[in-house]
Amino acid sequence: MIRLVIPFTALYAVWLGLNQSLAEDVLWLGAAVCLVLVWLFREGLTVFAEIRLSPRSLMATLGFTAYFLRELVRANLALARIVLSPTLPVHPGIVMVHTGLKSPMGRLMLANAITLTPGTLSVELQGESLYVHWVNMTTSDTEAATADIVAGFESYLKVMYG
Amino acid sequence: MVETLITLAAILAGAAFLMALYRFLQGPSSADRVVAFDVMTIIGITGIVLVAYMEGRGIYLDVALVYALLSFLGVIAVARYLERGY
Amino acid sequence: MDLLGALLLVAGAAFLFLGGLGLVRMPDVFNRIQAGTKATTLGTLLTLAGFACLRPDWAVKLLLIGLFILFTNPISSQVLARSAHRAGAEKSPLTGVDRLAEQEGRPS
Repeated sequence: MIRLVIPFTALYAVWLGLNQSLAEDVLWLGAAVCLVLVWLFREGLTVFAEIRLSPRSLMATLGFTAYFLRELVRANLALARIVLSPTLPVHPGIVMVHTGLKSPMGRLMLANAITLTPGTLSVELQGESLYVHWVNMTTSDTEAATADIVAGFESYLKVMYG
Repeated sequence: MVETLITLAAILAGAAFLMALYRFLQGPSSADRVVAFDVMTIIGITGIVLVAYMEGRGIYLDVALVYALLSFLGVIAVARYLERGY
Repeated sequence: MDLLGALLLVAGAAFLFLGGLGLVRMPDVFNRIQAGTKATTLGTLLTLAGFACLRPDWAVKLLLIGLFILFTNPISSQVLARSAHRAGAEKSPLTGVDRLAEQEGRPS
């Protein structure tokens, strides 16, 4: 039951953001709609409650966000350099990396983060193995690629999701 | 100054849209066309918000949000379809 | 504030432009997805931030659109990359290794 509170709160926040009004009927209608939605999809929504609610986890979330935004900008600058250079310097490859994350939501966040960071794109997720397309592959070795691609995000996500 | 910059942004986004359209028409594979379509819809979201700003009508932002939602579902649906055969 | 918004708008549009250019220039579908997804995500976030500076009263709704794009864009790219790979999309001859095809026992 407590695990459905998080998706309900998130949905309700979106509802209030869309309506931008605190009129009584808006508040009640939103609460009703969000309750029904959360109840209908209660099986699938539990992944949203996998995040840990602790001060340490909150700090890790902030750290993750900052790190992610920095990597997103770096990714785009690297991409700009490739696309604008006349010779188009790409040496792509699809490498395998490992993740120690157990939570499905944590793995999803990792795959998403990898997709948006410099030169890498998650292609397939099979259990603990992630297959990543790398625009400029520097190593095809799984351990080295894991250290290079995964480790930065995983240290934050381990605290957030375990 | 601000007007000029907004016009410049619109021209850049328009050029990006045309390049994505080229890839959409050129292919060669279906996946290429879907990527191009995805990029075109996302540029379209910027376009809708631009129109909302020019016309000063906030209601168009809801259109942009629904458009984003539909393009996401569309790409997922087409990708699932492509997995079963090219 | 207006000037900052307009500058963010131009920066975002410039990234959208680079994404379009990448889409045209990149050699195979995986590289095109890379170019398309990264550039449009940052580009759209910057243009939305720019509009939020121009119209602060729209900021909440623009933030919702931005968050939605930030979460869904990488997912659709990943699903698309996976389906392209499963369907055996052609890879650029520059491609070094393909561990996924090796693992599935297909020629890489």
